[in-house]
Amino acid sequence: MTHSTAAQAAPTLSMQPPPAAGFFRSRFWRRFSRHRLAVAGMLVMLVLTFSAITAPWLAPYAPSAINMRAIRNAPNANHWLGTDGAGRDVLSRMIYAGRISLSVGLVAAGIALALGALLGLISGYYSGNVDFWIMRFTDVMMTIPTLIIIITVVAAVGPSVYNVMLVLGIFGWPGTCRLVRGETLSLRERDFTLAAQCLGVPTMRIVFRHILPNVVAPIVVAGTFFVAGAILTEAALSFLGIGVQIPTATWGNMLTDAQSLTTLEQMPWLWLPPGIMITVTVLSINFIGDALRDALDPRLTR
Amino acid sequence: MGKYILRRLVISIPVLLGITLITFFAYNLAPGDPIDAMIDPSVTMDPADLSRLREQLGLDRPIIVRYGIWLREAVQGNLGYSYRSGEAVLDRIGRRLPATLQLTVTALVLAIGLGIPLGIISALKQYSRLDYALTFFAFGGISIPNFFLALGAIYFLALKLKLFPSHGMGDPDADFFMASRLHHLILPALVLGLDRVAGFLRYTRSSMLEVLGQDYMTTAKAKGLAGNIIVIRHGLRNALISIITIVGLSLPALFGGSVIVETIFAWPGMGQMAISAVTQRDYPVLMGVALVSSVIVLLSNLLADIAYAIVDPRIRYN
Repeated sequence: MTHSTAAQAAPTLSMQPPPAAGFFRSRFWRRFSRHRLAVAGMLVMLVLTFSAITAPWLAPYAPSAINMRAIRNAPNANHWLGTDGAGRDVLSRMIYAGRISLSVGLVAAGIALALGALLGLISGYYSGNVDFWIMRFTDVMMTIPTLIIIITVVAAVGPSVYNVMLVLGIFGWPGTCRLVRGETLSLRERDFTLAAQCLGVPTMRIVFRHILPNVVAPIVVAGTFFVAGAILTEAALSFLGIGVQIPTATWGNMLTDAQSLTTLEQMPWLWLPPGIMITVTVLSINFIGDALRDALDPRLTR
Repeated sequence: MGKYILRRLVISIPVLLGITLITFFAYNLAPGDPIDAMIDPSVTMDPADLSRLREQLGLDRPIIVRYGIWLREAVQGNLGYSYRSGEAVLDRIGRRLPATLQLTVTALVLAIGLGIPLGIISALKQYSRLDYALTFFAFGGISIPNFFLALGAIYFLALKLKLFPSHGMGDPDADFFMASRLHHLILPALVLGLDRVAGFLRYTRSSMLEVLGQDYMTTAKAKGLAGNIIVIRHGLRNALISIITIVGLSLPALFGGSVIVETIFAWPGMGQMAISAVTQRDYPVLMGVALVSSVIVLLSNLLADIAYAIVDPRIRYN
């Protein structure tokens, strides 16, 4: 940590093994790995990331290849998870869909965190009128049921992977903004800020070099949960047919067909696997976020 | 107390204005204008006629002016007309709103009724098996997408075990209409409420744990008060303060979730209407749904703030 916490954490610093001792012996990892489920979640995410990157080699079929001779086949030796209504291989689509879910989650989180952190820093550092209006804006954004607005906007600008990322990011910042503002308000009153101000350090530099590094930990934790939320929202949009469009495979739009009761009842291989994938992914990310909160929070010394 | 409520009301006004601004501009992102939407594209129209029509309807005016006009009408209860049916948007919403409220309120009541007690138990038995099980359940509830949960519930509970109907609101001709209504309500309300149950559980647990560690709890114990009294009167009452906030904050998500749950369970509410409006590009209806649900959330947050003041005297006298 930087200036402020360095002074505070000085007594514990000496107890920390030197960085050369490696990541697995760091205080961060000791705290993080106490959460067994989070470690399992990390493994799941590593496997998923790997499969998303190597999808073209891993997937047995092209994800959008239509095969009219194998429509709605139950799982068999050729198609391990069966085929969908256009004879596309469910397993291959699942593997490719991971790319969409993960990248939508990450990009949307990146946009939301950047916006939220920026507005939160401005709001917290300047306070007064600027703060008042930014906070009212945040109130507005937190009152509107965003899913309904997101549906409208995505329908208006046209549903595509990029638009979904953008819209989720643009409507996702208020939580981070409030969080960063709260932290900034208290950091602004600390001695190290005063010292920087006395030395004539430009405001921009104080905000980005002295305050921002001290709010990185809560932002990372909030960001992790946001990724999970964004993956869920993307899946919901695609499920409703408003998000990413077929033939591009996403876990959400693979479940769309199951809205018909016959598919739901007679072809569970079409909707169970993608649904389980979303749940496992989001669950893993949430476990990681929970452990990160424990591991990164300097105030919790256990 | 009166002064406090008044101040909250005054603060709500800019928020309400902001809501109308965002809804209006989000809707104006859509390509084309009402004229394009209303006129059958297969009919060829004279461009001069089109521009005269636009002028008549004020569509050639700057967007800020149009917002002003729209706001003036909206305040008087005119939210425009559906592109498809020509009906007044407010009438359509009025017909759909009771079903949505029935669903969301039931889900909220279930979430509060299950989430808070489970959270208290989880906190009181911290690090027990039960606590771990509840924590795992809570993580699961937050992580499972509600549409997948809905499909799973229909598959297992409605289609396989035939315990509940798979869709609709109930048969008005049934002998016991109320019973049939309730029977239809349980599954969608549970699905809609589950992630809130999980959220409230986690939140109650952590705020109870925080309160249980306070000095006044030790004092109460030292005075020799009975365990339950301490937990309820000293613990819960203080923990409730932050729980009320989180209940208020979760309302928008509840309305958002109702869109999905209503669509899957063919529940004839506002959310289902919104989804069909999306596919029909019926923007006035969508805008109306967004506006009405935001206003409901705003009003409920006001109620939450008042409840807050009742539970916490510090706020009242500030």
